[in-house]
Amino acid sequence: MSLYRDEGVVLRTQKLGEADRIVTLLTRNNGRVRAVGKGVRRTTSRFGARLEPFMHVDCQFATGRTLDIVTQAETIAPYGMSITDDYGRYTAGTAMLETAERLTAEEREPAVQQYLLLVGALRTLAGAAHDPGLVLDAYLLRGLSVAGFAPSFADCVRCDAQGPHRLFSVQAGGMVCGSCRPSGTVAPSADTVALLAALLSGDWPAADSSQPRTRREASGITAAFLQWHLERGLRSLGLVER
Amino acid sequence: MYEGVVQDLIDELGRLPGVGPKSAQRIAFHLLAADADDVRRLVAALTEVKEKVRFCTVCGNVAQQEQCRICLDPRRDPSVLCVVEEPKDVVAIERTREFRGRYHVLGGAISPIEGVGPDDLRVRELMTRLADDTVQEIILATDPNLEGEATATYLARMIKPMGLRVTRLASGLPVGGDLEYADEVTLGRAFEGRRLLDV
Repeated sequence: MSLYRDEGVVLRTQKLGEADRIVTLLTRNNGRVRAVGKGVRRTTSRFGARLEPFMHVDCQFATGRTLDIVTQAETIAPYGMSITDDYGRYTAGTAMLETAERLTAEEREPAVQQYLLLVGALRTLAGAAHDPGLVLDAYLLRGLSVAGFAPSFADCVRCDAQGPHRLFSVQAGGMVCGSCRPSGTVAPSADTVALLAALLSGDWPAADSSQPRTRREASGITAAFLQWHLERGLRSLGLVER
Repeated sequence: MYEGVVQDLIDELGRLPGVGPKSAQRIAFHLLAADADDVRRLVAALTEVKEKVRFCTVCGNVAQQEQCRICLDPRRDPSVLCVVEEPKDVVAIERTREFRGRYHVLGGAISPIEGVGPDDLRVRELMTRLADDTVQEIILATDPNLEGEATATYLARMIKPMGLRVTRLASGLPVGGDLEYADEVTLGRAFEGRRLLDV
């Protein structure tokens, strides 16, 4: 039985047998890993809360035939505590974890960029410096960009005509000019387009100063864009409290 | 593959939680070899549990009548309500013999990743129970894991404006454990909930 060590974020847990759990982690070097946490549901488990979702941990794994086994775990950052203290943060964070799992479709395929993005997003969410809905939308847009689906909020995505443009096409992947206009475009307000661009580029002062109505429209467009690329809706997105 | 009814029995047993194909086969052959009276008793118990057991209309616990024996017991304090996730949590708390109030079973915990939101639990029924002035204190006894904590946070936020006392079960170091093995979250909670030693 060979051992390996990696740091990762716990994305999801599922009950297994009497007191075990299957833990899904997004790790730095090994991508998405599914491993068994033995006896983790017992109150006397030495893992305690270390293998709960949102926890950023340094783990040692033993390679198994189908699933690996978590043999040791040390906390790097316990994001779960401050995230669950607020229901809005919790629902937004859960949608992030589900997105991270879906964007790393293949197990054991290294996804360093996705890992770093998720750790940064959870740190921001736990820090409670910004609205949880904005942190979620920023993460979704950037996660999709890292996965190769970067939207454009300036130039036309079809003909490169210089922006600003008025129409957004989910299928085309961003703003489109009047002459390229495909079917099913929407016309978001200029403020919404500016907010989406700010979220994608990480311009937090601009994002924080946005109005609730603009945020609602931006989150609708982000959700539609995410759903189009993931092909299947996220279960947790409908339960996010905004 | 076995013939007909034997394979059907193995298949049915294999659908039970925690029973794999090998275990199902072992149980099936144990039943085949067992005394006919023992098997009849098992069948009667299974049929009876499905026919007689239902969920209490007040608290959601398992009951043999319209209401469970705890809701029907006049000696239980109706001013304290303990909110738990599952009926098995009621049994765990009853074993302590510490709690003399009543219960409310939610039927799970909020887990957006599994698609379970507040509307899928018995939250509305809880709010209806709190509408009259009988209940004065709510003890949130959901599991001390992430979903349980989030559910407790959600419920506390809903109940607090009603002016009721909302408490959460203490969490911290397990009795019989070593301090050095405690994780940061558990140890942090233990420090938060430390108590004065009156000796």
